[in-house]
Amino acid sequence: MGAPARVGRLVDRFERGLDAPICLTWELTYACNLACVHCLSSSGRRDPNELTTDECKAVIDEFERMQIFYVNIGGGEPTVRADFWELVDYATAHHVGVKFSTNGSRITAGVAARLAASDYVDVQISLDGASAEVNDAVRGTGSFATAVVAMGRLADAGFSGFKLSVVVTRHNVAQLDALNELADRHGAQLRLTRLRPSGRGADVWGELHPTPDQQRALYDWLVEHGEDVLTGDSFFHLAGYGGPLPGLNLCGAGRVVCLVDPVGDVYACPFAIHDAFLAGNVRSPGGFARVWRHSELFTELRRPQSAGACASCGHYDACRGGCMAAKFFTGLPLDGPDPECVLGHGRNSPAARGETALPRPSPDHSSRPRRVAVAMLPRRPGRACDESPLAASALGPRPR
Amino acid sequence: MPPIPPPTGGAPFDGSHPWALHPQVSLRPESFGALAYHFGTRRLSFLKSRRLLAVVESLADQPTGHDACRAAGVAADELEAYERALAALAESGMICRRVAS
Repeated sequence: MGAPARVGRLVDRFERGLDAPICLTWELTYACNLACVHCLSSSGRRDPNELTTDECKAVIDEFERMQIFYVNIGGGEPTVRADFWELVDYATAHHVGVKFSTNGSRITAGVAARLAASDYVDVQISLDGASAEVNDAVRGTGSFATAVVAMGRLADAGFSGFKLSVVVTRHNVAQLDALNELADRHGAQLRLTRLRPSGRGADVWGELHPTPDQQRALYDWLVEHGEDVLTGDSFFHLAGYGGPLPGLNLCGAGRVVCLVDPVGDVYACPFAIHDAFLAGNVRSPGGFARVWRHSELFTELRRPQSAGACASCGHYDACRGGCMAAKFFTGLPLDGPDPECVLGHGRNSPAARGETALPRPSPDHSSRPRRVAVAMLPRRPGRACDESPLAASALGPRPR
Repeated sequence: MPPIPPPTGGAPFDGSHPWALHPQVSLRPESFGALAYHFGTRRLSFLKSRRLLAVVESLADQPTGHDACRAAGVAADELEAYERALAALAESGMICRRVAS
């Protein structure tokens, strides 16, 4: 009856959803001063229709009423919003913890001191390499230096335990020990997350996602480091290598987590910003609570999901067929293997074959023209049946 | 605020002493029991029954941990199981020894 005993059964309950999310991601703005090549939200330019300060406070009031423990605030770069601190203070005053992601560009010494003194606020510095060479290739020239300066200011201000958040790529997977040391030197904790083919990530997925050998090495490294390194439940698709990693080990999209985007749209997951995963909008009657509890999309996600092509695989209980967003944006059916299935069953995705007719994220706020997917093959003759990647699943295209 | 690492080993649960929910823990009732989130350690725990939730909620008002169990309707032959659950919560810092009774 205590905490760990029969977690399996409790996890089944989570798959059927909770009355309120455990936590959720809230992207405050699509504006960003960087242009990372893999940005999951395709950020860069502010959207003209972003939630006002008062609208944001009303959303926080809802979070408080629903007793959501904390929100993961991101964007774009959330600190570029003029009302960022006002909103953080409002959230913490209303019993909603804040963990915010930042590239560090606005973490002055004064800000660092304020954060160190603040209850219920945690900071995540984003960095994707232990060297400027590796990091800046993804996040832009100077971004490594900016992040390290920010980390130094947080450490100097006495803020121990902030997070260094890294998206694992083909080029930084050899730097995990160095990243861990970088975190340690600043009194921070390392957090590794998975690159998904989401947002601009779709454009660079083929060249940046880890190779199978690297993926195996990553899994072993994570097992070795146990709970010292956070993962945001990113790597449950690797459970087939030898058992689950610490965490809930299930896709929480629409069940225990979701995304609220800068214009108030509610998506199942921050990696699934696409009409197919749009549940509603917080500006509608009933607000966020009604969307969470009664939207068609979330109700459907909370029904038992079919293992489909994975049903006969012994690893399915552990890996649960992997990441919904990773499958969707590589053109794989949702009731089948993940593109990075450890047995290689998803390696022949439409994306891997160079198909260009893949789902594209609905809003694109990139500041610059996007990189085009590398392979431009002549269009193949249409297949006899529907080309939509959702054709085989219960989720059809949804009207807004 | 810097997260406080949980005390290693915690004070082991002794039902003859007074206990309380840690002040930084937020309890949220659910159909299966409750979610508990510790804002200091950032740890999330699950209380797997409504009766366990009732025990935990009443700890601060009862002279001892055992009294809290009895008040919540825990039968004598269930007490050991509840003590194990409370020990896990103590170990992770979710509940703590009260100084006064």
